[in-house]
Amino acid sequence: MFAVVMLAGIYGLVCASFFVAMDAVDVAFTEASIGAGISTLLMLTTVAMTGRTDHEATHKPLMAFVAVIVTGGLLIYGTFDMPYFGSADAPVHQHVGPHYIYDSIQEIGVPNMVTSVLASYRGFDTFGEVTVIFTAGIGVLALLSVARRPEDDAVMEAINDSMHEKHLILRIVIKTMIPFIVLYAFYVQFHGDYGPGGGFQAGVIFAAGIILYAMLFGLGAARRVITQPVVQMLSALGVLVYGSVGLVSMLNGGSFLDYNVLAADPIAGQHLGILLIELGVGLTVASVMIIIFYSFVGRSQFQKANKGELL
Amino acid sequence: MLAHLPILQVIVPLMAAPACLILSRPKLVWLFTLLVSTITFFISIFLLQQVMSTGTVSYELGGWSPPWGIEYRIDKLNAFIALIISGVSTVVLLAAQTSIEKEIPENKQTLFYILYLLSLTGMLGIVTTGDAFNVFVFLEISSLSAYSLIALGKDRRALWASFQYLIMGTIGATFILIGIGLMYQMTGTLNMVDLAARLPEVAETRTVTTAYVFFIIGVCLKLALFPLHFWLPNAYTYAPSIVTTFFAATSTKVAAYLLIRFTFSIFGVSFSFTTLPMETLFLALGLLGIFVASTVAIYQQNVKHVFAYSSVAQIGYMIVGFSMSTHAGLSAMLLHMFNHALMKGALFLALGAVMYRIGSTRIDDFRGLGRQMPLTMAAIVIGGLSLIGVPLTVGFVSKWYLVTAAIDKGWWPVAGLVLLGSLLAVVYVWRIVETAYFKTPITGKDPVKEAPMAFLLPVWMLVLANVYFGIDTRMTVEVATGAAQSLFGVAP
Amino acid sequence: MTMILGLYNYWIVIVLMMIGFYIIIAHGHLIKKIVGLNIFQISVFIFYISLGKVDGGTAPIWQEGIILYSNPLPHVLILTAIVVGIATTALGLALTVRIKEAYGSVNEDEIQAMDNQVMASQEKEPQQC
Repeated sequence: MFAVVMLAGIYGLVCASFFVAMDAVDVAFTEASIGAGISTLLMLTTVAMTGRTDHEATHKPLMAFVAVIVTGGLLIYGTFDMPYFGSADAPVHQHVGPHYIYDSIQEIGVPNMVTSVLASYRGFDTFGEVTVIFTAGIGVLALLSVARRPEDDAVMEAINDSMHEKHLILRIVIKTMIPFIVLYAFYVQFHGDYGPGGGFQAGVIFAAGIILYAMLFGLGAARRVITQPVVQMLSALGVLVYGSVGLVSMLNGGSFLDYNVLAADPIAGQHLGILLIELGVGLTVASVMIIIFYSFVGRSQFQKANKGELL
Repeated sequence: MLAHLPILQVIVPLMAAPACLILSRPKLVWLFTLLVSTITFFISIFLLQQVMSTGTVSYELGGWSPPWGIEYRIDKLNAFIALIISGVSTVVLLAAQTSIEKEIPENKQTLFYILYLLSLTGMLGIVTTGDAFNVFVFLEISSLSAYSLIALGKDRRALWASFQYLIMGTIGATFILIGIGLMYQMTGTLNMVDLAARLPEVAETRTVTTAYVFFIIGVCLKLALFPLHFWLPNAYTYAPSIVTTFFAATSTKVAAYLLIRFTFSIFGVSFSFTTLPMETLFLALGLLGIFVASTVAIYQQNVKHVFAYSSVAQIGYMIVGFSMSTHAGLSAMLLHMFNHALMKGALFLALGAVMYRIGSTRIDDFRGLGRQMPLTMAAIVIGGLSLIGVPLTVGFVSKWYLVTAAIDKGWWPVAGLVLLGSLLAVVYVWRIVETAYFKTPITGKDPVKEAPMAFLLPVWMLVLANVYFGIDTRMTVEVATGAAQSLFGVAP
Repeated sequence: MTMILGLYNYWIVIVLMMIGFYIIIAHGHLIKKIVGLNIFQISVFIFYISLGKVDGGTAPIWQEGIILYSNPLPHVLILTAIVVGIATTALGLALTVRIKEAYGSVNEDEIQAMDNQVMASQEKEPQQC
């Protein structure tokens, strides 16, 4: 199982390089941090909690094979009338796309077009996506959270210490790295206008810093740095910040998420709006990633503590 | 403020969800959720009135004109569906506090309401948006919250049901994503109106056919159309009662809406029904769904299972109406969507009351309930009659329009089969009635009290709505035929 | 020949997609199913990104003197979709953990067998009372 998960992680990383090859630097950045980073981490945690062995061969291979051949065949059939890969006269490059490429610099004034489209033209999609991630955070919390009793904490602490005392060198190295990781997260957060980056990537990197800390110093220590209620509040706050930007623009006479009305000058308004919503995105993404990690690890410690009682 | 109503309908529940996390006391959160849901209900009433009197409303998000920005577009069809969703949500919430207290541990109750609001947001978002990709985003909000809500069920089978739903739902969503991608590839746009204008040019290509097929398969997975339905019964049965009621009454309606929207207003009737053999395919699947699912329902031991399979059968009726591709057939489908929400809302909520009192919905535990919980059981009887399609209930109205539409189309055998399908409903409803009223209760069991007021009020509101809209059909028929008309006219 | 050169990218993507799809259906291990789901979704993402590519174009970040950029819109859509993907993965894994606790297994067939057993025993019960 371990190999399966690692291979999946590598696949994520390889895909990230595909994305770079096809000019999608922002996407590659996100895929590398999420697909290869966070999701592999979560899968490894799950494997650790559910056991590594898989004592069963594939079943119903024939049915699966037929389904796959039919779907794949249909897709291949569909490709025959597609515009060729990379051709500039494909409809995709004729209709809506060029407007973003040639007018966004006047209308929004942000060099990174992905940021302009993400945060402004299709800002509502991004709001929806922040909500999706918030939903996932709440869902995981609903599934995995355990009512913590103070006496359990001591037991868990003991488990942690026994696990982590071995890795002294790692602890020191990581401890010096964490400030830089967090700093880098802030750079990515505020530099999204000019280069690849923005709230998502920054949020994930920030969360990665905290998660590293939690892995080496134990969940208890991490929870003392950023407590569970605080992360939960922050995740809600991110969504609310994003939404409030929309509401304020509504009160200023524009429509929802219309940043032009936020300041006297439309371009300044766009800048302000994008800055604020990216902040909301970063907040929610970072705190939800931390919530998810806390919940998984908290659950596994809870399982261990229970087993200890049984023994 | 009136101009902002289309967006407020979605962002009010959306923003309320994180705000709940701050309130944190379950009872307070419940009142807040109820308030929010009531507000969306009123907004949807306003919107429907506005659309009926002045026509389609468009709202440009971020101030960018479509197709560059995202557009919200409310016409008769989605105003009608939004009304169903927010209405049912509000009525169901009345009973939520009482039911949830018993079925969900206290530290998770706040999370429950947040997920409930997010689910409501997702559904309303899908229905009101005029942008194809935005549909996908809100679809995921509603699905992710749905998986978590179902997994909150007490029985461990809820977890497994939720996992199966997650796998099927994600496959469905990814198929939808592929479909949207192919459409985008051929037209260069994501806006629905724009898509509708640009698709005919490329309709002859194999890529567009593939796009339609993938999109429809994805939607049918969500809709639980007959051969793709197997995630539904367990998900409905083991979810908390409130969740079952809410989803049974609304979530399939949302998928059905997508089916109608993409088939009729985006791809157009001539493409879907002339170029592709959709008519026969959907008719066959619809009829098969009615008969197979109704037959399976007869043999179930759990009443929740019975009604869940019956839901699959009811989807069959909607699809039969859909497959006619006529104005009358589509009106019948829309009417049935509204009416089915009322029936299943009443039935599942009444089952929630039973669950509250006896902690089980197994059919054998229903013995003697006819005397012990007279009002609840009476509600189930009336809901059941409505399901069968007895005159003076909404079920009759749906069946009547469906049968006349079939006859108009010249499909006599279909009309006959629809009526035959009702007979199967008689069998499974009768089984429940027989057990509750005519079988002697198991001796040595504590007597059961009538359900509390918190249940009876919303249950009977829905039951009375079943009867009221079964007699006074002016409003529903006017809206449904109006919506159908607009779909057969020009693009939305 | 031009057809093969023009479409090869899509075909590779479709093969990748189908590998993922096969894993979802054919494997009984829940974590493997989620891995399959991931592969399936990421392959769809690659498909979207290939739509946006223009020969000779560069990454869509405005710079003096460059005229030809790849289309930013698919990138935005996929950024959204990646986040949706991780959300689904997290939830699926959380469910897996809970299923393991409740059933003691993460194997589809075993879980189904346990459920069927419960169903069968429930059906017999009425005769006993």
